Amino acid sequence: MKADPKRVLTGEHYLDGDHACAEGALAAGCTFIAGYPITPSTEVVERISERIPTVGGIFIQMEDELASMAAVVGASWSGAKALTVTSGPGFSLMMENIGLACMLEAPCVIINVQRGGPSTGLPTLTGQADMMQVRWGSHGDYEIIALSPNSPQECFFFTIKAFNLSEKYRVPAFVMTDECVGHMTEKVIIPEADKIELFQRRYTKLPPEEYLPFKPGPNLVPEMVKAGDGYRIHATGLTHDEKGYPVMNWEAQEKLVRRLVEKIRKNADDIVEYEEEETDDAEIVLLSYGISSRVAIPAIQKARAEGIKVGVLRLIVVWPFPEKRVYELSKKIKAFVVPEINYGQIVLEVERSVHGECDAILVPHGGGWVHNPEDIYRGIKEAVK
Amino acid sequence: MNETLTKEMGVIEEKHPMENILRMDRIPHIWCPTCGIGIAVTSFAIALEKSKIPLDQVCVVSGIGCSGRVAGYVKLDSFHSTHGRAIPFATGLKLGNPKLKTVVFSGDGDIIGIGGNHFIHSARRNMDMLVLCINNFIYAMTGGQLAATTPLTANTSTSPYGNYETPFNLPYLADSCGAVYVARWTVLHVRRLANSITEALNKKGFSFIEIICPCSTIYARRNRLGSGLDLMKFYHDNSIIKHGANTKELDIGFQQKIIVGKFVDRERPTFLESLNDWNRKVFGDKFKEYGGPDDGD
Amino acid sequence: MTEIRISGFGGQGIIRCGYIIGKAASIYDGKSATLTQSFGPEARGSACSAQVVIEKDRVLYPYITVPNILVAMSQEAYTKFESNLEKNGILLIDQDLVKPEKRRDQIKFYSIPATRIAEEMGNKIIANIVMLGFFTAVTKVITKEAGRKAIFGSVPERYIELNLKAFDQGYEFGKKLLSESS
Repeated sequence: MKADPKRVLTGEHYLDGDHACAEGALAAGCTFIAGYPITPSTEVVERISERIPTVGGIFIQMEDELASMAAVVGASWSGAKALTVTSGPGFSLMMENIGLACMLEAPCVIINVQRGGPSTGLPTLTGQADMMQVRWGSHGDYEIIALSPNSPQECFFFTIKAFNLSEKYRVPAFVMTDECVGHMTEKVIIPEADKIELFQRRYTKLPPEEYLPFKPGPNLVPEMVKAGDGYRIHATGLTHDEKGYPVMNWEAQEKLVRRLVEKIRKNADDIVEYEEEETDDAEIVLLSYGISSRVAIPAIQKARAEGIKVGVLRLIVVWPFPEKRVYELSKKIKAFVVPEINYGQIVLEVERSVHGECDAILVPHGGGWVHNPEDIYRGIKEAVK
Repeated sequence: MNETLTKEMGVIEEKHPMENILRMDRIPHIWCPTCGIGIAVTSFAIALEKSKIPLDQVCVVSGIGCSGRVAGYVKLDSFHSTHGRAIPFATGLKLGNPKLKTVVFSGDGDIIGIGGNHFIHSARRNMDMLVLCINNFIYAMTGGQLAATTPLTANTSTSPYGNYETPFNLPYLADSCGAVYVARWTVLHVRRLANSITEALNKKGFSFIEIICPCSTIYARRNRLGSGLDLMKFYHDNSIIKHGANTKELDIGFQQKIIVGKFVDRERPTFLESLNDWNRKVFGDKFKEYGGPDDGD
Repeated sequence: MTEIRISGFGGQGIIRCGYIIGKAASIYDGKSATLTQSFGPEARGSACSAQVVIEKDRVLYPYITVPNILVAMSQEAYTKFESNLEKNGILLIDQDLVKPEKRRDQIKFYSIPATRIAEEMGNKIIANIVMLGFFTAVTKVITKEAGRKAIFGSVPERYIELNLKAFDQGYEFGKKLLSESS
């Protein structure tokens, strides 16, 4: 299905990352947005609230992030493409109902414009320290999808991608951007609507008496219905059977949780996306995501100029993590160098994936600014030693 | 009784009168004997039939707790959400598809305790939903802890020497936040409650009905109030019907008189009406009203 | 690569000025330009600065390190940022608002009474655009056509004419200044 031309602001624009996320959401057909103001994400909903009356859809400023996320899950079940936007402190509050979205298999998108933490931290300055929270922050066992853009242009496209993946796999999909990208303004090219491919939610064609709302369909993903379609479904945050009814025993738990996890893990090859460059004869691979992947380029160029063979594995989708590819590469290289604006999150996943075949060297940054490319260069030098 | 046997015996199979509205495959329910929640559900079922609202459009959202299980027993699109978040979940459902009729059916701990913030804001916005709040004065499912509704001096497992916190007066709270319909009944008042729900279902905006409900296993036992039946007898002897009563005067003291009735019934533009009217005024023909996912251009 | 800092106090349209420079360079001059901004938690009055990095190809590191060009529209901003200007850099000031201290020899220095010109045109709010025109003429970082085009969509529609006029005034002032000094 193609995007609706009335919702797509085709043309060349000079936009910040937050505004580009907003345009991405509108282009993706998002019709419900709930949010609570929080720096540095507020510009996303400001732009949406300005645009939505003439585009079609509803924005509501909720009383807090608990409510925003709960409303998003509700709206998703009434058939809307639903979005909420936040940053660290709000993200923490959303965790409760992110778990509900996973359990109710409600497609929805959450944009986290990361800032320095913990707690109130650095409201107006950048960070990448919510990368494990997005994966593990709600209680229990589940999987999600997370993407990480490094420019306003990518904010636009990755928001659309997040909607598509979320609709396809019926999981919350996250755009893990950050203050630097969110507040930087660059050229954003918005293509014609017919160049934007949208995934259409799979609704059942079965009659109500044959339909089971949580029976796995293709790719382990159940076909959906909307509230009001006459199926009279029940959906609960309790462990449930295919009918959606609560079942309080380990067998039901095993069946449900296993599927929730496997619908992402078994389809990881379809979801995982990365950019790879000069890895064929690399001795070092720079593995990065988001803004760090961009400020690493000058460091890579400098190292290459000195004859160091540096390859690049830049994650577009961070979760699920491309563990297979990382393992393959680990067997041929000396080390992965991982710059992150945190004290070691995705590097742990790299360590896990290499199974001891090579080193994983973190180039940390506590937040508040991006890496100086020199620091990343030094990380590369250390790795070749 | 199986079908063949029934036919052979020439017995006419009897249908449960609420089969239309209950998920019979989930009965028996988990509620204790003499719990009042079932009576409230019956009143709701009667009201739904009377209201003539197409059942396929009705969504029930519950939170967590004994009353939070209601969503699991009604044969409607029903959602059992997280603790305290039934109201924002219902807000999303309604705004995602404005054609739906949303009912929040949950308990006092859920709606007023942990979810109080959502309650006051939804009333303020006049969000389209009917909130049916079972009040049993205690957190029953977790074993009887202090609630924001527990009367002064009452005993709970976390106020073992008696409650010294002032409880909320729910109709007053709903009224002052802007609810357009506010009523209180006990589950003894089955018929009046059903009528009240019918009336509220046909109202636009934020309606609120507090349903006083016996909890014999926890609340009555801890406070030595006898059986569920004794509590019903207490309601019978101590309820005073006073329509239009000043909501300020509706506090409930421990084993004191309970004033019931319809206290508020007014008109005020709903959230969606305000949103649509305002945007029409600002944008004229350029405003694109959102009618739900099935609304084509 | 060119690194530019526009600075002043909140409410002067500093960010807007940086935005138009970035937009002109990246959309109409075919380069790449990244705008970042920094401001205090105060909405008005505090030191405010917009940074633009302009590259022929892609901008990788989004922040400026040692700016080649500093535009200062307040004394506070001048004091705060002057020392960071590259030693052969260009300094532009609003001469009524900034009293420069000791001058570094290699720095190219240009001044304009941007706010006074704007006031004479009837609204001091367009001082930033007068400065933008001046900046365009003096630094040649963006073309005049690109600067004018970038104003469309960047200021309220009803003020476009006024803003274009302000831009032209600043531009002419700069051109004249250059021809006088050569």
